Amino acid sequence: MQTKRSTYQSRWLPFFLLAPQLAITLVFFIWPASQAVKSSFERTDPFGFKTTFIGLENYARILADPSYLNALGRTAIFAVSVTVLSMGTALLLAVCVNRVMRTSRFYTTLLVWPYAVAPVVAGVLWWFLFNPTIGLLPHLLDWFGINWNHRVSGTQAMILITIAAAWKQISYNFLFFLAGLQSVPPSLIEAAAIDGASPFKRFWTIVFPLLSPTTFFLLIININYVMFETFGVIDATTGGGPGQATMTLVYKVYTDGVAGLNIGSSSAQSVLLMGIVIVLTFIQFRFVERRVNY
Amino acid sequence: MVENRPFLNLLTHLVLIIGVLVVAFPVYVAFIASTHEPSAFVRGVMPLLPGNNMFESYGQMLNSGWSVGGTPPVWLMLGNSLIMALTIAIGKIAISIISAFAIVYFRFRFRMLAFWIIFITLMLPVEVRIIPTYAVVANLGLLNSYAGLALPLIASATATFLFRQFFMTVPEELMEASRVDGASPMQFFRDILLPISITNIAALFVIMFIYGWVQYLWPLLVTTDENFYTIVMGIKRLMASSDRVPAWNLIMATVTLAMLPPVLVVLFMQKLFVKGLTETEK
Repeated sequence: MQTKRSTYQSRWLPFFLLAPQLAITLVFFIWPASQAVKSSFERTDPFGFKTTFIGLENYARILADPSYLNALGRTAIFAVSVTVLSMGTALLLAVCVNRVMRTSRFYTTLLVWPYAVAPVVAGVLWWFLFNPTIGLLPHLLDWFGINWNHRVSGTQAMILITIAAAWKQISYNFLFFLAGLQSVPPSLIEAAAIDGASPFKRFWTIVFPLLSPTTFFLLIININYVMFETFGVIDATTGGGPGQATMTLVYKVYTDGVAGLNIGSSSAQSVLLMGIVIVLTFIQFRFVERRVNY
Repeated sequence: MVENRPFLNLLTHLVLIIGVLVVAFPVYVAFIASTHEPSAFVRGVMPLLPGNNMFESYGQMLNSGWSVGGTPPVWLMLGNSLIMALTIAIGKIAISIISAFAIVYFRFRFRMLAFWIIFITLMLPVEVRIIPTYAVVANLGLLNSYAGLALPLIASATATFLFRQFFMTVPEELMEASRVDGASPMQFFRDILLPISITNIAALFVIMFIYGWVQYLWPLLVTTDENFYTIVMGIKRLMASSDRVPAWNLIMATVTLAMLPPVLVVLFMQKLFVKGLTETEK
């Protein structure tokens, strides 16, 4: 770990300064996280009177449970579709804004505000637009002979949550892509233009490779976002249904634990989720560290 | 741009205009819905032009809430959200800046341990450890309180990480000069470090305020008392009753009110907010 060359020597002051954060972290983070690990090895009877240690049984049961494996696969599909949709749209908009120098501030302002919209609110907005009875979009789709009802069709429910989750994330990706684009040296572009490369060719051969660190960073951030923060989107639109068609991993932790009161299974799922995040974060850290040295 | 291509410029603006419209459309529809009478929705597809029931919808939600939907007046929920978001933003910044100061500017025993205890939280959002955290908060008797709403969300090291990164870029000479002048560590912190961190603090404040405002799952779990409902979770209550009584105008009025404060913060503090975000990256 890096430090300053010269530092203060003091016995108590640093602990005093660290105390508030350490206290909050220990009480509200380390303790619950270790509780989750502990109860993932236990079974509690339905009335909560008796807890027995059962080792890895919860894990074994989860990993053999088709509904968990389905949720895992579904979460992966959901994560990939939201990430591709929101990053693709954001990149297109960022490239456009980067082209129009004079009005870029104006467009940026109009594009960034969804960042401040709560995921659950994004869910409500799209749920309203797609409402089978009074929504505008099902009405439009009807002209094309598509019968929209996300309460019945699992695929349509999945499309709904993907659109709602991606819509909210576009502004975030847009800002990072714009920042990345603005740090591309203009001289490179000019040189390529003099060599006769068309704008599209310049983008694919020069700009896009230079954006790859940003793209990779956003990839990790977006996957994290889709896996956890989209709880609100799903809860507001489909509630995991129809059937289990939109049940993602986090939503399952919640329904099994809060509604189903199956604490052992829910905790084991939490621990597995933590594992997934740690792997993702590790990749991100490795990458960020490397990037700083560029 | 390098050369002038009128067609491409036109296309660029076209794409941007479509983009802005797509981004704004759901919010426009919500706002329009909030200005109509409930009867406007019975007839089928919802209208696209404003109605004349705007003041009634907003007035009713703000002042008295909607008893069928089981929500208190919206002003109360807005107040709770404001308290929660401010507590999270201020609390996080306050504890983070001093702990980052300790980690960067002091050499002491267990420094690495403290560092790792704090920084491991970077990895896990509250959503994955939701049930045990709920148990802890319940044991401490913090259900239905502002402390219960805010404290578990403060327990994350993002801000500490950012301050640490920033402090690492501060020239060593500043600290050495202040030490030569006989200033104590806390004097250095107050008179030099704090003033040069003001922009970072402000940028973080915007990000953290929004983070606190948009929280949903956590408030949903820890509050059962109407007096502590936040606006974002209050929407859930309204949604639950929407199948029985389609008071779309009231629901959409609440949704619009829930969006307004954080969106205004982003629009007015855009520069700071962008700075705060792009610094998270590094």
